[in-house]
Amino acid sequence: MSDRIVEKLSILSDAAKYDVSCSSSGSSRKNHNKGLGDTGNGICHTYTEDGRCVSLLKILFTNVCIFDCAYCVTRKSNDIKRASFTVQEVVDLTINFYRRNYIEGLFLSSGIFKDADYTMERLVLVAKKLRTEHKFNGYIHLKSIPGASDEIMHEAGLYADRLSINIEIPTESGLKLLAPDKNRRDMIVPMEYLRNEIISKKEEKKLFKSTPLFVPAGQSSQMIIGAGKETDRDIMYTANSLYKNFNLKRVYYSGYVPISNDSRLPGIGTAVPMVRENRLYQTDWLMRFYGFDIHELLNDNNPILDLDIDPKLSWALRNLNYFPVDINKADIRQILRIPGIGRQSAHKITQARRFQKLSWENLKKIGVVLSRAKYFIICSSNQFERRDLTDTMIRQLILADSQSKYLTSSTGQLALF
Amino acid sequence: MITLVYDGTWIGLLCCVYEIYSKKFKQVFVVNEKRFQPDAFSAAVPVVSDELRARRVWSGLAKRISKKSMNHLHSCYLSELPNIENIICGFIRLAFDMTESPEYAYANPTVLRVSQLDRMVHREKHRMEAFIRFQLTKDDLYFSTVEPDFNVLPLIAKHFKNRYADQRWLIFDLKRNYGIYYDLQAVSEVVIDSTGVEKIGPELFSEDEFLYQKLWKEYFNHVNISERKNTKLHLMHVPKRYWKHLTEKLSI
Repeated sequence: MSDRIVEKLSILSDAAKYDVSCSSSGSSRKNHNKGLGDTGNGICHTYTEDGRCVSLLKILFTNVCIFDCAYCVTRKSNDIKRASFTVQEVVDLTINFYRRNYIEGLFLSSGIFKDADYTMERLVLVAKKLRTEHKFNGYIHLKSIPGASDEIMHEAGLYADRLSINIEIPTESGLKLLAPDKNRRDMIVPMEYLRNEIISKKEEKKLFKSTPLFVPAGQSSQMIIGAGKETDRDIMYTANSLYKNFNLKRVYYSGYVPISNDSRLPGIGTAVPMVRENRLYQTDWLMRFYGFDIHELLNDNNPILDLDIDPKLSWALRNLNYFPVDINKADIRQILRIPGIGRQSAHKITQARRFQKLSWENLKKIGVVLSRAKYFIICSSNQFERRDLTDTMIRQLILADSQSKYLTSSTGQLALF
Repeated sequence: MITLVYDGTWIGLLCCVYEIYSKKFKQVFVVNEKRFQPDAFSAAVPVVSDELRARRVWSGLAKRISKKSMNHLHSCYLSELPNIENIICGFIRLAFDMTESPEYAYANPTVLRVSQLDRMVHREKHRMEAFIRFQLTKDDLYFSTVEPDFNVLPLIAKHFKNRYADQRWLIFDLKRNYGIYYDLQAVSEVVIDSTGVEKIGPELFSEDEFLYQKLWKEYFNHVNISERKNTKLHLMHVPKRYWKHLTEKLSI
């Protein structure tokens, strides 16, 4: 018995690992019933050897699937070992892992083994059992199965903290090519339904305190990077519309890990596009927390992100007329746009300058990366960049001066200069 | 230069501040009696811990700085770093001397240091919330041993009490030789003979315990994507010194 469950766990966690989402934050579920668990800001309980956070028990309910999506390991045509959990097995694993402080909760996804509703019902059953029979207040993330009905999605929303549907391929044409069984509409419909429900439940909660929580940590989605021919602009414009139109909390970008020799996809052995993935996340952050409009970062003239330098620096180099910014006077929104200054430093700067004018030394101690920022600011000092530098010169000076963790992978391109 | 020698407690440290203001000392150096070494050139004054005096300082401080900033000072104290006393006293003196709370004056080295130390202690607290691994004993106690860099058990008690409201648990700090224990009602500090802790053998644990440890290790190894191996990042997030208490990093 115990050997079988070990085997099942290894098969079904192996199949679930390509889902990058592992966040356990953003929910407001408290331990109100002297039961088990409490949800807060999220905790990464450990990190795997690839450096990714392990916060949730991330498993598939089953890896039996009727679909044949080219990019997916559990596709119908792939010859792999198949397994399925029972509802009770998933519940026991979650509770026992949680009690030992291994995890923040459960992330349950599944292959589609009969039809959408039947699959979704099983996932909801697990969540319901955890919440009602075990008084479990930990985090539950369920995958919304494309094509599931409104009724079952509503029930899922009552028990889950977060629901997600993976868009996977940023463009509709790409989806048609790689996942012929899926269509965009089946993904959009449940997302739309949940968006409306979340909004109306929030309004209701203002009037009646007893309104139960409904997907308190919102919805998220994921796109695969580097499987199709999409440009960074296609990807980020899709992400932007997901944030704007569906109020998504997060969009994840997952560098494609080659798993088959399908001619439509990069072959086995192709490197995972990790730098590109990182640049996409940086762009996502600039868009959500730094007040950038996506069209400033990616547009018809610049459809692809620069891999050697971060997207904020590359925006700054294209917009030198915006600089230099005076650290001691500028508005926080302007300070956030300076390369080498993050959100924390920006806040510290605006707070500290009320007491005294800030110099290079102060900025350095506060945590500003001067090697990048120095070309774009003036502060309380008579030393500042006096040369009339062009954008390519600044770019070269910064690259020459930085110990980029990606430098080994980009030497080929640097050698061109 | 006057040297104030206190007993190492939080109350004692606040009494040093009381002493500084009541005796109008200008140049002082505060030192824990455990680290104190007498020298010929400065006068040493022993400070007696008095809860009433400490309370006066604390409530006086509450009128000058925010609650958050007061918590930062306490976190700094829990770091147990040498010379931390003088940074804390320096900050408190700034708070009493300036017209406005100094907590955001990051260009001041003392203020910046307090904010940095608070972050260091907070990071360790967060690590403990993540890295504690309970083992279930035969008598239904969830048991864990830790060796945090800083004395963070007082900071994590509430988190574990809220989270595991329906299970008895004990977290024991091997470095500082004390633990916190939750009996389904409240959390209390406990001291046990640490020689006993080392003798804990497999017979003490519940039958299922080793199955779940095995399942957890299996899970940990299978969610890893080997094509993306990144040892540097892995070590940055899970430094080696924590491994000996992490179930998933121990061989079976």
